[in-house]
Amino acid sequence: MSSTTHTSTIGAIGAPSRRNTELALLAFAVVIPLFAYMNVGLALTGEVPTGMLGYGMGLGLLAGVGHIVVRKFAAYADPLLLPLATVLNGLGLVVIWRLDQSEKLQARAEAQFGAFSPSAPNQLMYSAIGIALFVGVLIFLKDHRVLQRYTYISMVGAIVLLLLPLVPGLGENIFGAKIWIRVGGFTIQPGEFAKIVIAIFFAGYLMVKRDALALASRRFMGLYLPRGRDLGPIIVVWATSILILVFETDLGTSLLFFGMFVVMLYVATERTSWIVFGLLMSAVGAVGVASFEPHVQQRVDAWLNPFSDATLQQTDQIAQSLMAFGSGGVLGTGLGQGNSDLIGFAANSDFILATFGEEMGLAGVMAILLIYGLIVERGVRTALAARDPFGKLLAIGLSGAFAIQVFVVSGGVMGLIPLTGMTMPFLAYGGSSVIANWALIGILIRISDTARRPAPSPAPNPDAEMTQVVRP
Amino acid sequence: MNKPLRRIAIFCGLLVFALLARDNWLQYVQADSLAKHEKNRRVTIERYSQPRGDIIVDGKPITGSKATPGSDLKYKRTWKNGPMWAPVTGYSSQRIGANQLEYIDDGILTGNDDRLFFRRTLDMLTGEKKEGGNVVTTLNGAAQKAAYEGLKGRGKGAVAAIDPSTGAILALASTPSYDPGDFAGNTNDEAQKFLDLDKDKDKPLVNRALRETYPPGSTFKVVTAAAALENGLYDDIDGKTDSPLPWTMPNTTTPLKNEGDIPCKNASLREALRVSCNTVFGKIGSDLGKDKMLETAKKFGFNSEQFVPVRSNASNFPEDMDKPQTALSSIGQFETAATPLQMAMVASAIANDGTLMEPYMVDELQARNLDTVEKHSPKEMSEPLSKENAQKLQEMMETVVEEGTGTNAKIPGVTVGGKTGTAQHGVANSKNPYAWFISYAKTDSGSPVAVAVVVEDSKASRDDISGGGLAAPIARDVMKAVINSKK
Repeated sequence: MSSTTHTSTIGAIGAPSRRNTELALLAFAVVIPLFAYMNVGLALTGEVPTGMLGYGMGLGLLAGVGHIVVRKFAAYADPLLLPLATVLNGLGLVVIWRLDQSEKLQARAEAQFGAFSPSAPNQLMYSAIGIALFVGVLIFLKDHRVLQRYTYISMVGAIVLLLLPLVPGLGENIFGAKIWIRVGGFTIQPGEFAKIVIAIFFAGYLMVKRDALALASRRFMGLYLPRGRDLGPIIVVWATSILILVFETDLGTSLLFFGMFVVMLYVATERTSWIVFGLLMSAVGAVGVASFEPHVQQRVDAWLNPFSDATLQQTDQIAQSLMAFGSGGVLGTGLGQGNSDLIGFAANSDFILATFGEEMGLAGVMAILLIYGLIVERGVRTALAARDPFGKLLAIGLSGAFAIQVFVVSGGVMGLIPLTGMTMPFLAYGGSSVIANWALIGILIRISDTARRPAPSPAPNPDAEMTQVVRP
Repeated sequence: MNKPLRRIAIFCGLLVFALLARDNWLQYVQADSLAKHEKNRRVTIERYSQPRGDIIVDGKPITGSKATPGSDLKYKRTWKNGPMWAPVTGYSSQRIGANQLEYIDDGILTGNDDRLFFRRTLDMLTGEKKEGGNVVTTLNGAAQKAAYEGLKGRGKGAVAAIDPSTGAILALASTPSYDPGDFAGNTNDEAQKFLDLDKDKDKPLVNRALRETYPPGSTFKVVTAAAALENGLYDDIDGKTDSPLPWTMPNTTTPLKNEGDIPCKNASLREALRVSCNTVFGKIGSDLGKDKMLETAKKFGFNSEQFVPVRSNASNFPEDMDKPQTALSSIGQFETAATPLQMAMVASAIANDGTLMEPYMVDELQARNLDTVEKHSPKEMSEPLSKENAQKLQEMMETVVEEGTGTNAKIPGVTVGGKTGTAQHGVANSKNPYAWFISYAKTDSGSPVAVAVVVEDSKASRDDISGGGLAAPIARDVMKAVINSKK
């Protein structure tokens, strides 16, 4: 991109691509989980695990492929996103493998399903599929603005995805939450994919309607109140999330969608009143549903009194999770040396952070949370840097959803808010989650590449010396 | 659109900050209370995560630890000859918990004791695993075996043996016993075994040597004799006492009966003890009065719990009695009740020339590398009688064994002093009496052992039961075992 050969006033900002920074960080992102893996092996059996080489090569290969594709197809992309996602995915794999070794969880699986099958190999496969999707996004999505064309298809797609678990024969009720579907031998959590699709729909829709929503309003007590008809979409989304909550008993997903919509609406219209409306409506929805839905009530009770007898009769998950965090203390017991398998069900998915808490301590969990914070920060920065409103909205929608999901899940397992059935992105065991989040990172990388890419050099112009190119 | 974007960035920052704050609250502020929470199974897991320290007898462990595959509680307790040692160690069960020594010295055995703190800190730095220490007992394996084997053939009973010069407990047996190894683990079967034992009518879980009080019967007469000598009621053990026969208890019309037709009229103290005269000692108690009797009994350890360090029930000498009750109490009837340990203490005080040493069974607490954490030094508890009087009483007790009711306890070449007892109980004395024997042995270098034996509810017929017949042979075997082990 030697735009300096031309004397035009723009295009001379030879932004560094930062690909080498990414490569160096990726090396750390592969080595850190590798050491963690060795650590677990040494703690559990006193030997370096035999899978060490295979695991190292596998993770290194995935990271390498990701890096090469980014270098080739999104050369100016944000250099942090890929390494951050890789280190989380790698550490998640290690801890899933660590929990696979737990005799308690093995016995539990045998008692419940008749056989125990380790989760780590599956998760490694899902990670590979996730990277493949990431690569696919970067190769085939040359420009994120293409997605704008699919605004309304996305809407239909999102609704279908969200409602799939309710289809009889397809939906799967696992421990009270109906958020899975079964296809062949696999269970899929369509909500994870719907997260991305619905962000595309919101971005496309809001980009078109933002002026109408922002300007046509009445001022009342310092707030700009939207017109009744403009309230339509927000009410539709609100109602959808309430329906999800009631029929799929999935507090997390409904919170996620509603939160994402309010964030995007606020960014699109720059109207604080939308936030006020959003908070009001989610409060009304939450209290309303909680007043007649026993499932939600139980979760709130369990959150308020995790150690009460009534709660422990239902589930001791939260109590076990809190005790795992507490037992870890500041420095943790060391990988492989904790007893987080006491959590039992979902120890390696929804509650995986508790294992980090016990075995890596306060220090480890803070590091993990900061890595998530950095991913969100890079996403927001991408939104800021993006030059087109659709890209801005999509980037902030995806990173906002990511942030809300991290908050809702870790807040739930740490007892900050009531527990919801969602997974920690990248860390937790679960194919849908890993695959969807890699796609999400792929889209963010694509947007950031477009945002940071220097403008293409203008065609050679004989009048270059005299003409100044003015670019919007 | 950038202004709201920045605000959203701040909002996301706040979300992360809230999580960080909550995490600090959980893992720093509340960490300790959560880690030690009563519902936190890690406490139990940690407790059984390494082999438990051992309880040592004669330099060798009588306990061990065994890995329990398939359980998150890695090691469980094992015993070598559990039924024999159960009264000494108590049990330590993953399901039920622990009692007695296993409970009292749990900190040393698990390695959690604060006195091991410095070592633990060092271990943590050097990466060594925490290890439990040992509890070294004063027991004598041969004496314990003699006591347990002797009792086993005779149904229910208990033996306590003490080294009179130090107070060290040498034997502590109780039958019927139980094997604590039967329920050391955490399975439902083991829990059921414990429940069965707990419900057993024969009460195998009760440590009779420390926790059961029996009417001591005639063995209490040595206490009464001590009181008579100490209070100057009689000085000469061979002089005549003022003892009419038959003797009617004061303020009553009931004559106190002797067992059979024995020469008790004005019998000397030596003779009265030899044939076990109820009338003589009943009258002594009545003459001295309840206060003086109580004073002497208390000096021997009655009416207070002993901690050896396992708690022993308080033996009882009634505090509030009229004259006839005092007379009855002075021959070990009425409400007088004693643990076998208490009666062994009585014998040991007499054998030790009047000085009662505090009984104890833990000599030393050791760290895993055998460093001493705590060592017991023998302590005087009281002086129930003077040296001269103690020696007089010794002569009397030796006569009992030489030519009285206790001839079964004779050991060739060793001076043995003793006293038999046959205590009646049950409504109208209907049940089998308790057969008692208390004794001590003396060699050239002082007295190495004092012992008390009680056999209850023997299956033998009522007539056969007498302390001399049933209990004395056990006492003899225990004393022999101690003397042989000292050679």
